[in-house]
Amino acid sequence: MPKTLFDKVWDAHVVHEQAGRPTVLYIDLHLIHEVTSPQAFAGLEERGIPVRRPERTMATMDHSTPTKKGGLEVVAPAGRAQLEMLARRCEEHGIEIHDLDSRHNGIVHVVAPELGRTHPGATVVCGDSHTSTHGAFGALAFGIGTSEVEHVLATQCLLQNRPKPFEVRFDGALAPGVSAKDLVLALIAEIGVGGGTGHVLEYTGEAVRGLSMEGRMTLCNMSIEAGARAGMVAPDEKTFAYLAGRPGVPEDFAGAVERWRGLRTDEGATYAKRVTLDASKIAPRITWGTTPAMGVAIDEPIPAPDSDTSRRALDYMQLESGKPLLGHPVNVVFIGSCTNGRLEDLRSAANVLDGRQVADGVRALVVPGSRAVKRAAEAEGLHHIFERAGAEWREPGCSMCLAMNGDQLEPGQLAVSTSNRNFEGRQGPKGRTLLVSPATAAASAVGGAVSDARTFGSRA
Amino acid sequence: MKPFSTLTSRLIPLVRDDIDTDQIIPARYLTVTDRSGLAEGLFSAWREDPASPLNAQGCAEVLLAGANFGCGSSREHAPWALIAGGYRCVIARSFADIFQGNALRNGLLPVALTAPDHEALVTELESNPALEVHVDLSGRRVTWGDREASFEVDDFARECLLDGVDSLGYLLAREEQIRAYEERLGAS
Repeated sequence: MPKTLFDKVWDAHVVHEQAGRPTVLYIDLHLIHEVTSPQAFAGLEERGIPVRRPERTMATMDHSTPTKKGGLEVVAPAGRAQLEMLARRCEEHGIEIHDLDSRHNGIVHVVAPELGRTHPGATVVCGDSHTSTHGAFGALAFGIGTSEVEHVLATQCLLQNRPKPFEVRFDGALAPGVSAKDLVLALIAEIGVGGGTGHVLEYTGEAVRGLSMEGRMTLCNMSIEAGARAGMVAPDEKTFAYLAGRPGVPEDFAGAVERWRGLRTDEGATYAKRVTLDASKIAPRITWGTTPAMGVAIDEPIPAPDSDTSRRALDYMQLESGKPLLGHPVNVVFIGSCTNGRLEDLRSAANVLDGRQVADGVRALVVPGSRAVKRAAEAEGLHHIFERAGAEWREPGCSMCLAMNGDQLEPGQLAVSTSNRNFEGRQGPKGRTLLVSPATAAASAVGGAVSDARTFGSRA
Repeated sequence: MKPFSTLTSRLIPLVRDDIDTDQIIPARYLTVTDRSGLAEGLFSAWREDPASPLNAQGCAEVLLAGANFGCGSSREHAPWALIAGGYRCVIARSFADIFQGNALRNGLLPVALTAPDHEALVTELESNPALEVHVDLSGRRVTWGDREASFEVDDFARECLLDGVDSLGYLLAREEQIRAYEERLGAS
């Protein structure tokens, strides 16, 4: 029987099935960080259970880490206790950890692919909803709660009910100045924040094939914002070329590539749902509300509210319907996160900022997704472009995406942000967030107001 | 985990769609290494409004929300905070996947009602704020006044909730199958 990509990966990981019980699913790679793991380790310790497969577990510090230089010394006491606890437990259990002193420190979803730990066809979990990022490699990757972190530490397995496959097809090629972020924001506006609930998205079509691995990671990253369990892209030559030579890939890489070539949806396989979008008609996107689905093309007016939810959102955002956001003054620009904190994203922002200045009164932060991204960006001189423009060039971490490390908005401030969530107060109490691509964020920093990067032209 | 069988309670109305986990418990409360202090963070931004029904909880143990409750982050601190705040059940139109699983694993019952049942309950509560609901997990029923609504819950999660046991025991008991799978994995 023909199978979808999702079915193939799921079926290969079934350990046990029993009527009336969820499937016992094997987990190939378990990523952990400081915020959602302490209670899981405590649970294991209470039961006296060891970590079953430390070698299939990898830890980073990212959520509450400082993006100012100074390491642990500059972390607030509560965050510091979490970081120290993670370090101690990784040492006790023999788990690889990329702490603040590691060359490979950074956001978990940036680091694992960089190290070649994310493999096509693998199951990857982490106590973080943006684990969907790893689906860009054709992995089945999803976020889990802390009880499940404990389950995986104890048994390397999870109890899961089978989600349904959902094809998201992007036909046509991207227009100039349009990125993966714009594609996914357009998709979420189309299907809604609950549109993917109970499903795993598989992204197909010409525009997806045309994306780099970094773009595919951005696309899969925000699958959760449509409510989907995961997002996946079938691996291809780009995937294999990205992975080749990275430390965490299988020893018999050529053999692995041969197996991975079979990871595609068979002709005639059926999806539970399908949606097709014409990528060539998608313009740069921007959100105006308090969910990622509340968005428009950058030059479109904010729509009239059609529900209590959208009225509340406009009220919170202090925005008026009927007007486009273009030209609306901004206070802060944040470029970074597991959505848009990779090298390609920084290049895109630098391309706009090169030879230009961040507008007076605007605070612009550029936070690389990892130390490796930071080194690569500095090797190209991107940091000089950012610093000359008047932006802050920071240390890697989750930073202002979720504002738990002190990088945050002041009440009432409006941020243009390349992160993934514009929820009320997400970037700081009473802060307001407009989600955009790195190019739009950089253009808005220069304009001091929401700006369309396509009107800037390139100086590169 | 505390067993859950039946519950009779007043309802706190928070009938909005897409209530995300950042509203339930903002990230700045996630620096704990245990489950303490989360009640303080529960809906902390919305509770700043003295008129919020969240501030008139009294001994109510049921929250009534709209569609897609618990969307956003995978933080299990969201159900922990609701439980710490005295809630044992959330009735909504629908739930986000990760939140629903996290809630069930902690003894917080997510009840998704059909649109007509949900609308009837919201309307009834508007006219009678002291309305009590009776939630029966074993029979998968919610009753109020003379109305009865059924809801779905995964069989396994239901058994775990009724018995007050967590699901790790089931996984640990699959040791033989897990070992066999790992042997196949090593051989391939």
